[in-house]
Amino acid sequence: MELELRGITKRFGPLVANDGISLSVAPGQVHALLGENGAGKSTLMNVLYGLMQPDEGEILIDGTPVSFHSPKDAIAAGIGMVHQHFMLVPVFTVAENVTLGIEQAGRAGLLDRRGTRREVAGLSHRLGLDVDPDALVEDLPVGIQQRVEIIKALVRQANVLILDEPTAVLTPAETDELFRIVRQLRDGGTSVIFISHKLKEVQSIADTITVLRRGAVVGQREPSATEADLASLMVGRNVQLRVSKSPAKPGAPVLTVTDLTVRGDDGRTWVDGLSFDVRAGEILGIAGVQGNGQTELCEALMGLRPTADGKVTLNDKDLTRAAPRERLRAGVAYVPEDRTEDGLVGSFSVAENLILDMYDRKQFSSGINLKLPEIAKNATERIAEFDVRTGSAATPAGTLSGGNQQKVILAREIGREHKVLIASQPTRGLDVGSIEFVHRRIVEQRDHGVAVVIVSSELDEIYALADRIAVMYEGKITGFRDPDVPTAELGRLMAGGTDAVPSAAAQPQAGPATPEVRAAPDAGTPGTPDEGKGA
Amino acid sequence: MTTPPEAEPSATPPASAEKRQDQSRLHSFGIVLRESFLEGNTFTVTVLALLTATVIGGLLCAFTNSTVLNAPNAGSMIARAWDVASGTYVALFEGSVFNPHTVAALFQQASLPTAIHDGYLSAVFGPLSETAVQATPLILTGLAVALPFQAGLFNIGGQGQFIGGAIMAAWLGYYLSLPFFVHVVVCVIGGFAGGAVIGWLTGEIKARTGAHEVIVTIMLNYVMLYLLAYLLASQSLLQAPGSSNSITPAIASNAHLPLLAGTSLRINAGFLLAIACAFAIWWLLNRTTTGFEFRSVGANASAARVAGIKVERSWVLAMLIAGGLAGLAGSAVIQGTDFTLNPQSFGTYGIDAITVALLGLGRPWGVVWAGLLFGALHAGSPGMQTVTSTPVQIVQVLQALIVLFVAAPPLIRAMFRLRAVRAGGVGAATSKGWNT
Repeated sequence: MELELRGITKRFGPLVANDGISLSVAPGQVHALLGENGAGKSTLMNVLYGLMQPDEGEILIDGTPVSFHSPKDAIAAGIGMVHQHFMLVPVFTVAENVTLGIEQAGRAGLLDRRGTRREVAGLSHRLGLDVDPDALVEDLPVGIQQRVEIIKALVRQANVLILDEPTAVLTPAETDELFRIVRQLRDGGTSVIFISHKLKEVQSIADTITVLRRGAVVGQREPSATEADLASLMVGRNVQLRVSKSPAKPGAPVLTVTDLTVRGDDGRTWVDGLSFDVRAGEILGIAGVQGNGQTELCEALMGLRPTADGKVTLNDKDLTRAAPRERLRAGVAYVPEDRTEDGLVGSFSVAENLILDMYDRKQFSSGINLKLPEIAKNATERIAEFDVRTGSAATPAGTLSGGNQQKVILAREIGREHKVLIASQPTRGLDVGSIEFVHRRIVEQRDHGVAVVIVSSELDEIYALADRIAVMYEGKITGFRDPDVPTAELGRLMAGGTDAVPSAAAQPQAGPATPEVRAAPDAGTPGTPDEGKGA
Repeated sequence: MTTPPEAEPSATPPASAEKRQDQSRLHSFGIVLRESFLEGNTFTVTVLALLTATVIGGLLCAFTNSTVLNAPNAGSMIARAWDVASGTYVALFEGSVFNPHTVAALFQQASLPTAIHDGYLSAVFGPLSETAVQATPLILTGLAVALPFQAGLFNIGGQGQFIGGAIMAAWLGYYLSLPFFVHVVVCVIGGFAGGAVIGWLTGEIKARTGAHEVIVTIMLNYVMLYLLAYLLASQSLLQAPGSSNSITPAIASNAHLPLLAGTSLRINAGFLLAIACAFAIWWLLNRTTTGFEFRSVGANASAARVAGIKVERSWVLAMLIAGGLAGLAGSAVIQGTDFTLNPQSFGTYGIDAITVALLGLGRPWGVVWAGLLFGALHAGSPGMQTVTSTPVQIVQVLQALIVLFVAAPPLIRAMFRLRAVRAGGVGAATSKGWNT
């Protein structure tokens, strides 16, 4: 089946989300859509999947124009979509999820469970998906849930499969598995539209790459195109993909965490006897698949969640029981994971957000009176210094783009005196340009002698920033590594693999440990994303 | 004090059923409600809402009137309808702002000294004075709802807090015997404290146990209602000695709030107190660190917590101040106009306060204007009934209509084809939603 989009235009009021986009997807091809957030990728796919109607342009299948008024039409025409957030019922089995909406009634109007199960098992076997039709979806890891979504689409006879940011939730190993499946589908004649903003992945999986910027197609490339070429096409200017940084000059330990244990609201132990320390002038990168206790660790470090056991000290000052305010005062700067929920007050002006945790300091208040001129002056300075693109200091922060919101938070947190910077997923959802900016600022902090902790589920980010990598799995640190550790080894640790050399684990200077680690025999997983680069 | 008889608080659903209601649903309901008032509104929408309510209210007056309904033909029906509707509003205006007949009478007096002597001059300002007197407790209780709004709390407890303040003001008023000015101040402070205790209790319960403030305040309203009834029925407590009525002794005249414009007008220092409170709350919210905390907690509690703000403390403090404001309303009524406390003294202020705060968009000066508007409606309604025989209840219908239209900005926008107010328009908001 050949799919073609011709001159698709979609407007939202004055905003043109898609501006005359044309592209064609040949059968048996992986077509990647590369673009920053807000480039119009999702809008285009929503148009294609019948969730939105285009204002102009048409969709053609095998040369015949079609129009989709709902996803039902799109599905009937052979288009399947795997959303970034899965559309599964957690308490149903795999087979039940697959059959949901297209239930086949057998004799006496009963559900034909056996048929569905057979179909799922068959597909799973044929593609090597390893999915048990009787497993409850809530018990399955994210990677398998994604496969269930793929099966769902295939059962509905999808000839074109849309994958929307499919790797955002996966471990490196799961990503490799997904790529294997995608290649297999492609070889079987299915077309795949692969939406992503990650250059490496796109290069490794795509047959053709279409780059979108500000709602329009700005170019098409072969996967052999260089990363720099793709990035500049995507952003519209030259970007530095990896910030240059000199070797760390670590000083004395600043933040010391000893046997930290944190429980969730449900009593579950999220952080289990964690110990590490961070030195002045170094960046500790905490890698790990999301949901392994990183969020709880950060919350406990900030005093937002009670510490069940263990100790947190900052320059020998015990902060274990300190309230958030005391920790901020003690010199902790914090960039929270969820910036709109925890980092900003959306309805407040940029100026107010820039003093959100400093409003009661001498600089901005005397007694209970706010010093409005000082607040305004601070805003003007910070906006200029951090290049925040905002209409004015009075603009509500919630209306800014993600990158600019993050700049506001960074400006506030590193703009004041601090000894430690804890940043959780600092570039999540940001475009390449903003990532570059944020990374540069973080490295700058390190060079100023700040002890930096970066929590990230993006390995690229960990590699780009960390001077030392700790991998978290189920609330524990499975190992410390140097930043030149191969991806496969990190992937192994992220999946719970134990440390090859436990004695060296807690040592920051992991010098002698590295060669042994690299030689670990079980470290290899077939095909890291980097392998496809040369192809 | 005229209080329409059938808006008893017993109109609220049974208390026990309320308790079991899903907390999170209630919570999100509160947020949606608050946002629709605080954010989704503009001055234009409010003005249009008032206008629409006035038109519909006029139609209601006209087409519930028997002379209109019994009109012989369509032509005279429209004419009579116009007469009734316009007559109603004219009477409202004359009762609340300015009555030309009194002025005409003033000019018929031979000389100015005679006019003043006969009280005509003061009578000219009678309607305005009455509006101010009616508006005083509405503004104060309205502020008691608006302030917690800004801190993310929905204070339904205006009534209970009002009663707390009124009890203290009345008791201090008749029990103590102090020199004039001192006595007034003591009673006002007592009124504030009486309400503040009830407000603080709500805040403290929410902060410690997480109980939803809507439920707690509704419960406390009942507690205070029956506490008042009990106190007023006990000779050894608040009941006037030798009286069989549920009423306190009259407060000492030294405790009366000073009149502002002579003895023939009821306007008193309570009105100035209300305006001063509005200013104080505006200043608190916009110019102080405490207000910054309140607004942060109200707009995004989790970001406030991350920023080191003690969210629970803000809740307690906001409710304490709010309770104090409602208590001041009680004090203003007892010391300004009623001078005794009876089981009806609290009127419908607890409920009216919510509508005033909503109409005022949760902002202090907005509350002042809304309080004055509703005060005017209250002040004008008796005259309206005598002139056009429109029932006083139509004023409540009018209030309800105003709130309905103010509460539903999309409705007004749709009616008048206004564009949405958010920056970037609908499109930006939608596309942002799709792409994240």
